[in-house]
Amino acid sequence: MIGLQILVDGFAISALYALGAMGFTLIFGVSGVLNLSHGALMVTAAVAAWAASAQYGFGSYAGAAIGVLCGLVGALVTYFAVVAPIERSKAIPRAEKEIFVLTGTLLWGIMIQQLVAYFYTDNPKTVLPLIEGVVELAGVRTPRNELFTALVCWVVIALLWAFVNKARAGKVLLAASMNPRGVTLLGHDMGRIYIAVWAIYGLLAGIAGVLLGMFLGVSSYSVGPLTASAFSIVVLGGLGSVTGSLIAAYVVGYLETATAYLVSPAYRVIPALLLLVAVMYLRPQGFLGRR
Amino acid sequence: MTFPLRGLLLILPLLVVAALLPLGVSGYILGLLTVAYYFAVFSMAWDLLFGFAGEVNFGPTFLIGLGAYGAGILNNRYGIDIPLCLLAGTLLAVVGGLALAVPALKLSGPYFGLVTLVAVLLLQNLIVVFSDLTGGEIGLTVPDVISIDADTNYWIALGFMAVSGLILTAIARSPAGLILQAAGQDPVVAGALGFNVAKHKIAAFAVSAAFSGLAGGLIVFYMGTASVGTLIDTAVGVQIIIAAVLGGRRTIVGGALGAVFLIAAGEILRPLGSLSTFVVSAAALAVILFVPTGLLGLASLRRAS
Repeated sequence: MIGLQILVDGFAISALYALGAMGFTLIFGVSGVLNLSHGALMVTAAVAAWAASAQYGFGSYAGAAIGVLCGLVGALVTYFAVVAPIERSKAIPRAEKEIFVLTGTLLWGIMIQQLVAYFYTDNPKTVLPLIEGVVELAGVRTPRNELFTALVCWVVIALLWAFVNKARAGKVLLAASMNPRGVTLLGHDMGRIYIAVWAIYGLLAGIAGVLLGMFLGVSSYSVGPLTASAFSIVVLGGLGSVTGSLIAAYVVGYLETATAYLVSPAYRVIPALLLLVAVMYLRPQGFLGRR
Repeated sequence: MTFPLRGLLLILPLLVVAALLPLGVSGYILGLLTVAYYFAVFSMAWDLLFGFAGEVNFGPTFLIGLGAYGAGILNNRYGIDIPLCLLAGTLLAVVGGLALAVPALKLSGPYFGLVTLVAVLLLQNLIVVFSDLTGGEIGLTVPDVISIDADTNYWIALGFMAVSGLILTAIARSPAGLILQAAGQDPVVAGALGFNVAKHKIAAFAVSAAFSGLAGGLIVFYMGTASVGTLIDTAVGVQIIIAAVLGGRRTIVGGALGAVFLIAAGEILRPLGSLSTFVVSAAALAVILFVPTGLLGLASLRRAS
């Protein structure tokens, strides 16, 4: 019984983790940027969806759309205001760009977090779910919203996979992650590719944020943990490997759910953190990393 | 690189003014500055790793927390004297730092950063889990404090900051510090020149851990309490990083200036409420984008041109 409960709950949470980490790994794969404002962008999307539907009287569908749009805009602003200037700066030595991008996006995330807390307080907010009600699933009472969350996550992940592997524009992105110089020689402008990747990332982070807001709720305090969890999952799976991130998301999601049900919710994150440290030491490139 | 002699001539008057402050300033401001001086040591110790060894340590508070809780628990549970507690806390921080650094330095860049971040999260969780020993989320209270006199506490913090700054600067400017800097900027070339990169980085980590741990222990015996929120939370670590970057990395002293500036700015911006953190972070981001060398770097640039 409790096994089934873990199986169902873990599936939905893991799907959400996977979607959250997907954009993060995409950005790293193509442009080598680790975006530490990731959690802040997800929270922005969720809070925007909440505010639009609960405070300004838009419907729940319009609210969700506004949330996703805010994720998209937030990601593009992050790229143009923080990441691109650091990468173009001549005052920063090439070898130190990575460190500067890490610190810069970290500060940017804190700024977003503080703005959200200032305008909408730091109380937890739950976005009105699009679908309500409860179903019995093999004896486990499951909210429809939970199934909806898992379904949307998987559909979006499948769409992303199809885009990257089948569509022409998507194949360019894939190629850019493998060999940027080759892509440039073929006449593609890397600048435009980066903008496209950040836009896709913004959509993914926005969708993940809004779903998270409906499923578990968010507050401005979620910013740090959300970034840390995406970062951990992506590193665990292997930086830049989308399949690796998927596997890692499920490993972490189930490990956390099982710990919460079988041991105690207080220990929820500890086994996943220990696993991460162990993998770092034994196999730094992660499950499916390329380096 | 600024000249050590000229740097000393600039800093000495500042220190003298700082030492005379208790004669004319209220106890409230002294209290703020005392905390700022301990934070200054955190930032300077962090700069040794980031500025010189080129390693982003997202977990300065892991080392601070080990020193603070190590010292605090010994005093709280076993009533051991403060100096011994401080020594034990410092040793614990060094041992913890080495346990973290030796395997982690095989990793580079973001991987190293992540492991240090995870160390903080783990420590935070463990403190909450073992709450009967550590006081959990409420915090740990120590029965002994260094002094109840605000002036004495202030002078101890100031002296500690000055001595730490001097030692750290000396290390950074020594031949070993130069090797460290080379290893941070280009580990392959530094290795090819015959320097043991890993050994120097591990030594830097141990030194950084020792100062972080000792400062962490001292701040516990100054405040009389230790809690996750004030010493270990990742937000505290971010403050330390902001201070070091604002002041100017690869300068050591910059971390101290940044820490005092941050605490002063937080106090002046207090009327803004929660927006004060926003303003401070925005200022730090602006420094990173437009003056990547920090405030001190800006000053030395002026002088050079």
